[in-house]
Amino acid sequence: MATVLAESNSAVSPRDSAVPEAVVVRFAGDSGDGMQLTGGQFTLSTALAGNDLATFPDFPAEIRAPQGTLFGVSAFQINFGSTDITTAGDAPDVLVAMNPAALKTNVQALKPGGLIIADTGEFTKRNLEKAKYEVSPIDDGSLAKWDVLAFDISALTMESVKPFGLSNKDALRCKNMWTLGLALWMFERDRQPLIDWLKDKFKKNPLLADANIAALNAGHAYGETAELSGPIKQVHMEPVASPPGLYRTVTGAESVSYGLVAGAQLAGLKMFFGGYPITPASAILHNLVKMKEFGVTTFQAEDEIAAICAAIGASYAGQLGVTSSSGPGIALKGEAMGLAVMTELPLVIVNSQRGGPSTGLPTKTEQSDLYQAVYGRNGDAPIPVVSCRSPGDAFDCAIEAVRIAVQFMTPVILLTDGYIANAAEPWKVPDPKNFAPFPVSFLEEKNGDVVLPYKRDAKGVRPWIKPGTPGLMHRIGGIEKGIDTGAIDYGSDVHQIQTDARKAKIDGVAKSIPAQEVSLGTSSGRLAVVGWGSTYGPILQAVRRARAKGQDVSHIHVRHIWPLPSNLGDLLKGYDKILVPEMNTGQFKTVLRDQYLVDAKPLTKTSGQPFTIAELEAAIEGELA
Amino acid sequence: MNDMTPIKVETTLKDWETDQEVRWCPGCGDYAILKAVQRTLPELGADPAMTVFVSGIGCSSRFPYYVESYGFHTIHGRAPAFATGIKLANPELDVWIVTGDGDGMSIGGNHTMHILRRNLDCQILLFNNEIYGLTKGQYSPTSRLGTTSPSTPGGSVDRPARPAAFALGAGARFVARGFDVSKNLPQVLKAAHAHKGAAFIEIFQNCIVYNKDVFDDFAAPKGAEAQQLWLQHDEPMLFDKGTKGLRVNTDHLHLDVVDVVDGDWQAAGVIVHDQTNRALAHMLIEMPFGPFPMALGVLYDDPRPTFEHELLGQDAKLVEGKVADLGKLLAKGQTWTVEAGGPDL
Repeated sequence: MATVLAESNSAVSPRDSAVPEAVVVRFAGDSGDGMQLTGGQFTLSTALAGNDLATFPDFPAEIRAPQGTLFGVSAFQINFGSTDITTAGDAPDVLVAMNPAALKTNVQALKPGGLIIADTGEFTKRNLEKAKYEVSPIDDGSLAKWDVLAFDISALTMESVKPFGLSNKDALRCKNMWTLGLALWMFERDRQPLIDWLKDKFKKNPLLADANIAALNAGHAYGETAELSGPIKQVHMEPVASPPGLYRTVTGAESVSYGLVAGAQLAGLKMFFGGYPITPASAILHNLVKMKEFGVTTFQAEDEIAAICAAIGASYAGQLGVTSSSGPGIALKGEAMGLAVMTELPLVIVNSQRGGPSTGLPTKTEQSDLYQAVYGRNGDAPIPVVSCRSPGDAFDCAIEAVRIAVQFMTPVILLTDGYIANAAEPWKVPDPKNFAPFPVSFLEEKNGDVVLPYKRDAKGVRPWIKPGTPGLMHRIGGIEKGIDTGAIDYGSDVHQIQTDARKAKIDGVAKSIPAQEVSLGTSSGRLAVVGWGSTYGPILQAVRRARAKGQDVSHIHVRHIWPLPSNLGDLLKGYDKILVPEMNTGQFKTVLRDQYLVDAKPLTKTSGQPFTIAELEAAIEGELA
Repeated sequence: MNDMTPIKVETTLKDWETDQEVRWCPGCGDYAILKAVQRTLPELGADPAMTVFVSGIGCSSRFPYYVESYGFHTIHGRAPAFATGIKLANPELDVWIVTGDGDGMSIGGNHTMHILRRNLDCQILLFNNEIYGLTKGQYSPTSRLGTTSPSTPGGSVDRPARPAAFALGAGARFVARGFDVSKNLPQVLKAAHAHKGAAFIEIFQNCIVYNKDVFDDFAAPKGAEAQQLWLQHDEPMLFDKGTKGLRVNTDHLHLDVVDVVDGDWQAAGVIVHDQTNRALAHMLIEMPFGPFPMALGVLYDDPRPTFEHELLGQDAKLVEGKVADLGKLLAKGQTWTVEAGGPDL
């Protein structure tokens, strides 16, 4: 049975008598082992226990990579605690490794002294070979700097589900629930919500539900009863101090979908979503199909181009057109975005960024589509760009994108990324009544002697005219158009005037957005760390730690990438140094330098993994040295 | 919704003309097609406010600017996708797509295929002039083998796409053919409009600058009538003033041209056109011109439920009895409550 192999040598592992403020657990296994599901359910239990948390699902691009291989490892990391959590955690305290490949690909991330829980049932000769181990790492002392709890989870699971008479294959598939049971015991989590969930999930096959529940209970009982003198011990974590209210967990893909629906409701519009399957953006389509009672029509188009064109068609016909994709798909949509700029129709384009160029890293995160969003079209085609910093923030950002689109008759790009899309965090459920409506009005009568589709208002915005409105027939298109009338006009003066008008209109969006604030720190000083998107969490924590050490550093997080907040330039000039961490080769840095002639210094990372707090702390240290 | 009979509106040809100067080359076949459409719309009782012309890029795609209705001149090849969004957003609109052989068969071939198989209710007018006109005369996907052009000085070597065959292959439920100066074109347009679903019309159109008179063998204003087989549902397939007809050769499953003596087409074995017969439509479309006449008019017309009817109908059923409560939606799933009076942040 259980063998505790390594000497305990940890100062930070959960068995420490001092109660930690936060713990990072990583579940890693074969992509067929159900690690994402295990992580997701552990997340829910943790949220229900009142801890703050952040997660990082990290999985291969292949749906079923060959079993036991290094590239087939799927991992799910969760950072949770009784304090404010903004990242999925730098290094895990606990690594659950369901096979040798999972151990090999993840163990180096584990904190020294951290705990490894490994299923020896999978450490067979064949699996060791697949993971390129010559001898079992459990036996050769190579794991000495960690605590190892290695035992045959496979056999224990088989034993626990024996009464149900499942096939070997089905029985072994309950392994993840056994492991989850143990994890729930370790962190004093309630099993009931999970039991309810299993009953619901397998309601058509109660036998499988019972077997999985039995495995879960067995794992839990194992923790309770096994005489583990070694590294494993229960950890009690106090709930986080959160503002009162109703909470749930939310992923970025969910909150973007909710935000788009909420935005359409606030605008008083029906919403049309045109999409084409692409990782990691498809989840938004999957969510929206369940929200049709909110006047949502979803259309899975034949390609990315048709998806955006249909959305523009719907906007032309008076609905809120929305499309969503990831970098390669956004590239295909480029020409149509230009048409939306030219015809001045509202549209929201969501980009769930992933590693590029080309197909790049479909399931890994990156922020390398900023140039594409801000600059990536033919002609002078300015488009407002809003970026989300976290799953919860994506809700507000989506509403903001809708507001700008309909108030300024323009396409708007909403940047999120693979990390935000898949990660979950606790979310204080917003009250829709707290959002100010921004109802849209369509032109109903002639706005001149004849209808003038391009007659601009004080903000430079043209009227929205729905086909079907009597007496307002007119033609629009991608060719340059005459002042007010919109009739084809290639004249050089006209092109100058209309180019200027399109630019001025988008520049004017800056007047409708909040002034840039300092997220943490002071409005001037030695160093500003300027970030955007999902680097918010690690930057905030790194700046917090640096400031706790007495360092003069502030954090500025920018939501509106284009146009930038009007006061940002002045604000930046109040710091001696500016550091811009980004998961790309320095794209936002370029925009800041261009716009403000400031010496913004890049800190870049393109490994497909988010920044760690430690990396950023070190960079801050370096700047202030 | 989709099943509502649109209100007929009284208009004249003049009501469908815009104040825009028409900018096609003098003598272009597009003028004739524009006139045919503008003549047909009043006959349909069409309402300019409920009519939308959508186009892509190319000579033909300038069409919407000249029709006094709603119009959207979009980007190259994508008109079907825009039309899909328009129709799904407002199924009551009467949507016409104007495209060309380059726009609809080359850069936009994918969208042409999908709008046809989905069967969106609209009329698709594909002006086939077998050349790229607006870019100054390069050969197009429908150009005949050996077409010399600025991009194929030695003659084109790739075999042409055939729009009507493509449409039928893509699953179209209405396929028709006409040509620019034909007096029968309005009739074909009317049949297309009467068809609920995607109605595809290939209109042979004379580009007088870059591909002059290539259709003269069957479309010349005078003297080519003998080469035109105008199909009529339930009528025998006769041409050349009723002296010739088509017969099905059942031994080898193809069509034969037969002589009809004294109008006795039954004796000659001439078949009667059944526009709902898909196999027959394939044969008519595949018929090589030369040994056979050009099959014109409605080749195939067999409606099926439209895309917007099916999709929006399904949505309507899905949401039946559901209340759109945003607060409830946001609080979906497992939730927990943090009570007031806890520790301050």
